[in-house]
Amino acid sequence: MSIQAETVKQVAVLARLQLDDQAVPPLVEQLSNILKLVEQLNELDTRDVVPMSHALDMPIPERPDEVVNTNCKDALLANAPDSVQGYFQVPKIIE
Amino acid sequence: MANDPLYETIIGLEVHAQMLTRSKIFCGCSTTFGAEANTQICPVCAAFPGVLPVLNRELVQMAIKTGLAVHGTIRERSEFARKNYFYPDLPAGYQISQFELPIIERGELTLDLESGEKKRIGITRIHMEVDAGKSLHEGIQGASWIDLNRTGTPLLEIVSEPDLRSSREAGAYLKKLRSILRYLQVCDGNMEEGSFRCDANVSVRRRGDTRLGTRTELKNLNSIRNVMRAIDFEADRQIDLLESGGTIVQETRLWDANLNTSRSMRGKEEAHDYRYFPEPDLPPLVITRERIDAVARQLPELPDAKAIRFSRELGLSEYDAGVLTSSREMASFFEETVQQGAHPKTAANWITVELLGRLNREGLEIEQSAVTPRRLGRLIGLIQSGDISGKIAKQVFELMFETEADPERIVAERGLKQVSDTGAIEAAVDKVLAENPTQVQQYREGKTKVAGFLVGQVMKATRGKANPAAVNAILQAKLSG
Ligand SMILES: [Zn+2]
Repeated sequence: MSIQAETVKQVAVLARLQLDDQAVPPLVEQLSNILKLVEQLNELDTRDVVPMSHALDMPIPERPDEVVNTNCKDALLANAPDSVQGYFQVPKIIE
Repeated sequence: MANDPLYETIIGLEVHAQMLTRSKIFCGCSTTFGAEANTQICPVCAAFPGVLPVLNRELVQMAIKTGLAVHGTIRERSEFARKNYFYPDLPAGYQISQFELPIIERGELTLDLESGEKKRIGITRIHMEVDAGKSLHEGIQGASWIDLNRTGTPLLEIVSEPDLRSSREAGAYLKKLRSILRYLQVCDGNMEEGSFRCDANVSVRRRGDTRLGTRTELKNLNSIRNVMRAIDFEADRQIDLLESGGTIVQETRLWDANLNTSRSMRGKEEAHDYRYFPEPDLPPLVITRERIDAVARQLPELPDAKAIRFSRELGLSEYDAGVLTSSREMASFFEETVQQGAHPKTAANWITVELLGRLNREGLEIEQSAVTPRRLGRLIGLIQSGDISGKIAKQVFELMFETEADPERIVAERGLKQVSDTGAIEAAVDKVLAENPTQVQQYREGKTKVAGFLVGQVMKATRGKANPAAVNAILQAKLSG
């Protein structure tokens, strides 16, 4: 399966990546090659193989329902690009 | 329209219920509502690089409880998945949710319709997911502010089948579901504070059609009343559109409760492509039969089972049993009243008529009642022992509501105790008979109806305190003597 330019542009939008038009053709080629590589798996008969989502065979760890974290607002806000009055500040979202 | 002759309305509901865990789903931050902005967050909440989520055990217990309560299948193996989208109140750029393998599948809920019929509503799935933070826009120039306190609060998303056929059924479904979650003590069900949220999928089709029409999704419904009004509005809008030759566009619409209308969100959100994939940071959740059985043993008695017990074992009408089990608080009030020795039917009457009537007038919930179950039970006890009449009891009840005093004290202080002493009643009867020779004559001529008048006179003479049964007996004896 080869990928179309439209798909590359759509994926870029979803990933919030800005692509100029010259960047698209090489990406079409590279992504198509990756898909071709993965498509080799189609040659195998996987009818009796249970789909695997995780390589690790371990149960999910569960923790007790306890509040152990205390207020560290200032340290977290210090890492933000912008903050005002205890809030993270971002460019206007609506209107 | 609820009952359009040509069209039927098809409704499916998606409920997001905040679970009452102390800490968040994947970190040890508090879930308390209303704290100062960003004081209940940590690097997991703020999605700092390198952090790992660790699942809250209590949330899994709550999900199993909920699944059992709606007769769902609890998957032996379920998975978390990433739902990818960008929004500033979702710092990770993805929401951890469940997609292909949710923890609960195929449940159901039974509605008691006003017609007296029961209707089964299918529940497609229930899955666990994280809540997002909150954005503030109003009054801020050129920017938005983000509070991440709510980020990571555990949610159960409960998705119904498109089995609902009217706004009334939708309302009944939400009330039933909320009541079950409250019985289980897993969600406070507060729609105004957003701990119980609902989106509605609505479509219409000509009666007789078997294919579903194009549906729209209604959002911003913050009360059951608004859910019902928005559904009616949307069904009417779709029918009008189809009747005038138009077509329905699949879209999300926002309800405006002030304007009583909805508007399209088209253009605001581009076609969603969430690109779900299994959450690499969380291995599959495996739930053993033993774990499910252990939770099942701790389940409280749920409203349906309680209602059946109230009517079969305690002799209540189905209607009273339904009212008295509509909330956990109401059911406990009734059960505590009965524990005081009150006859169940009498207790049911007093609660559904006198108490709920008074509470409704005052705009109070049953847990705010000034008359406690203990006091109501003792008031009923006074009627049962013959100490006061039912009529006097109503006076005492009003006084109990106003003064929060014990019924015995009110009866003693106001001298309301019923007179069962035969001598005193006989004296009163003799006096009334002497004063009303005409009626006595009429009675003896066969107009036995006047007995009611004479009883009334005796009651009046004793200021309502005479035992009515004793008055009747003595009066009858004297009149026929
Ligand atoms: Zn946290």
